[in-house]
Amino acid sequence: MVVFDKPKALADVQMHYCPGCTHGIVHRLVAEVIDELGIEGKTIGIAPVGCSVMAYDYFNCDMVEAAHGRAPAVATGVKRANPENIVFTYQGDGDLASIGMAETVHSAARNENITIIFINNAIYGMTGGQMAPTSLPGQITQTSPYGRNVNECGFPIKVCEMLSQLDGPEYLERVAVNNVKNVKNAKKAIKKAFQNQVDKKGFSLVEVVSSCPTNWGLTPSNALKWVEEKMIPYYPLGVYKDRSSK
Amino acid sequence: MSEKVLMKGNEAIAEAAIKAGCRHYFGYPITPQTEIAAYMAKRMPKIGGTFLQAESEIAAINMVYGVSAAGKRVMTSSSSPGISLKGEGISYMAGADLPALIVNVQRGGPGLGGIQPSQSDYFQATKGGAHGDFHMIVLAPASVQEMAELTVKGFELADKYRVTSMILADGTMGQMMEPVSLDFELAEEVEKPWAVTGTKMGRKHNIVNSLFLKPDQLEKTNIERFERYEIIKQNEVRYEEYLMEDAEICIAAFGIAARVARNAIDEARKQGIKVGLIRPITLWPFPEKAFADASNKVKQIISVELSMGQMIEDIRLSVNGKVPVTLCNRTGGMIPSPEQVLKAIINANEGGNE
Amino acid sequence: MANLTFQVDKCKGCGLCVEACPKGVLALATDKINKKGHHPVEAVKMEACIGCAFCATMCPDCIIKVER
Repeated sequence: MVVFDKPKALADVQMHYCPGCTHGIVHRLVAEVIDELGIEGKTIGIAPVGCSVMAYDYFNCDMVEAAHGRAPAVATGVKRANPENIVFTYQGDGDLASIGMAETVHSAARNENITIIFINNAIYGMTGGQMAPTSLPGQITQTSPYGRNVNECGFPIKVCEMLSQLDGPEYLERVAVNNVKNVKNAKKAIKKAFQNQVDKKGFSLVEVVSSCPTNWGLTPSNALKWVEEKMIPYYPLGVYKDRSSK
Repeated sequence: MSEKVLMKGNEAIAEAAIKAGCRHYFGYPITPQTEIAAYMAKRMPKIGGTFLQAESEIAAINMVYGVSAAGKRVMTSSSSPGISLKGEGISYMAGADLPALIVNVQRGGPGLGGIQPSQSDYFQATKGGAHGDFHMIVLAPASVQEMAELTVKGFELADKYRVTSMILADGTMGQMMEPVSLDFELAEEVEKPWAVTGTKMGRKHNIVNSLFLKPDQLEKTNIERFERYEIIKQNEVRYEEYLMEDAEICIAAFGIAARVARNAIDEARKQGIKVGLIRPITLWPFPEKAFADASNKVKQIISVELSMGQMIEDIRLSVNGKVPVTLCNRTGGMIPSPEQVLKAIINANEGGNE
Repeated sequence: MANLTFQVDKCKGCGLCVEACPKGVLALATDKINKKGHHPVEAVKMEACIGCAFCATMCPDCIIKVER
């Protein structure tokens, strides 16, 4: 009996991500959820600008490539055009929490019936490791070579906490993919975020605390330890909003 | 003859868009085009359409990108500073070959500028308007009837050629009230097999995208797009001539400037001066041949513009030095008066070409 | 009896599966390189495999098929 295999919604191609990059895990989880809900034929994915820009080649559903930060606006258009389609965005921290902050906040405030998968790895990966809106205080990056100085660069943005203050969004949860248990929890959250859309409940965002071994300068294994020891204490995992649970 | 109703230019655009099958409008408030949004806000919910006031011009154009990617007719409208913000999305739509209608009811610039009518976004509209190799089809109405007709035409051309169409109007055209007939003959809507509507597990996935990391591929897509532009240039040039048969002086003007120019031309004719008008209706593709032909028989072309002189460059390229091309203009929200244009005509008639 | 199948040439040798395995079944093949130039994963103690799929759960490149 096959107990684990590549999900059908994931394209059978080699992904371009660096060795040990957890984008691949999250891609797979999204594809597994699409398979399990049987929605591949009506799902439209919106790829961001950043490391996952080429996500459009990795999912077998219809895909759109959006401008940097604009994925929630593009998703809004796609969803409003054909409300029966299931529309998700897949965005990194620079895309969602910096240049696209307005699109993120307002799509949440409108309770737009879309699903957002938000990868928080505290760095700009594609451009070679610059400081992100979610980089930790003191974190060394190419553009914070002496460590993120919060007096000059400000503090990291906690997206789930911030959006939870809005009346709009349906569901906000932060998960991580640093070990088997957390990956399984991440999948549950992603599944709920898609199921909410199927059930027409509205805006659902899952923040996935992830790793970037290459730009953190760590081995894949040590990068996951860094997630455990540094990231998760600053970005506590859990449900930040779930309207339907009340 | 169909029934006519009295409408503002901005409202005529909105109603014509609905008649053309547009059911999705996204915008952000800016003077002097707000009537379009207000009209859509009233009408769209009653016909099962979407009106959404976006958080910014940038978000609005990206919502347009999304609807267009999904294969539906969609539009946005704004005025000059807002169009600059839409530039990013306009370029991405060009790169992804997505059709849409964009309305620019121009006001004076640069910067925040003013809120009075202007034509100073001519360069921006006709030369692409944002980064990269691309063009939009640019339509310049000179009456409320044309505001409506060119809106319908804009949607049809956009779908036919997979480009964005822009209505380049100005504050005067937007606010002007005239009787208008909204009885259009609509072309058959084109199929959009490239749209993202879900694979229904029956085809390979569609990808709407403007990223081509391999330079030879990007070059190829740009060349293919420009081959389509050549077809547009051959088939879609539109302009109107007025009293050009025996003209010795040619006025070039579009939009509100053309209306002013006609008054001046009528007055000059009374004084026995043989002057006519070429009014470009498509600013891109530009009616190059009309001006080249005119340069064989007139002694001067006067470009009347509400800018520091932008269309004049395309006229000069079209006539290639054959006749002098002079400028009669106001800018910053000011409109040339018929007297000013008449003076320019008399000056040209007396041999002045400064 | 469990069985593991690897798409060897897609392996990037990150080792996350090796770390995730509770039974020490997997190791990177330091004496081999795949088409992409990585030391790919291989099963060195297959008889110990319990088919828990922890390896596949942590594999970012989805190269492991697990049967039980």
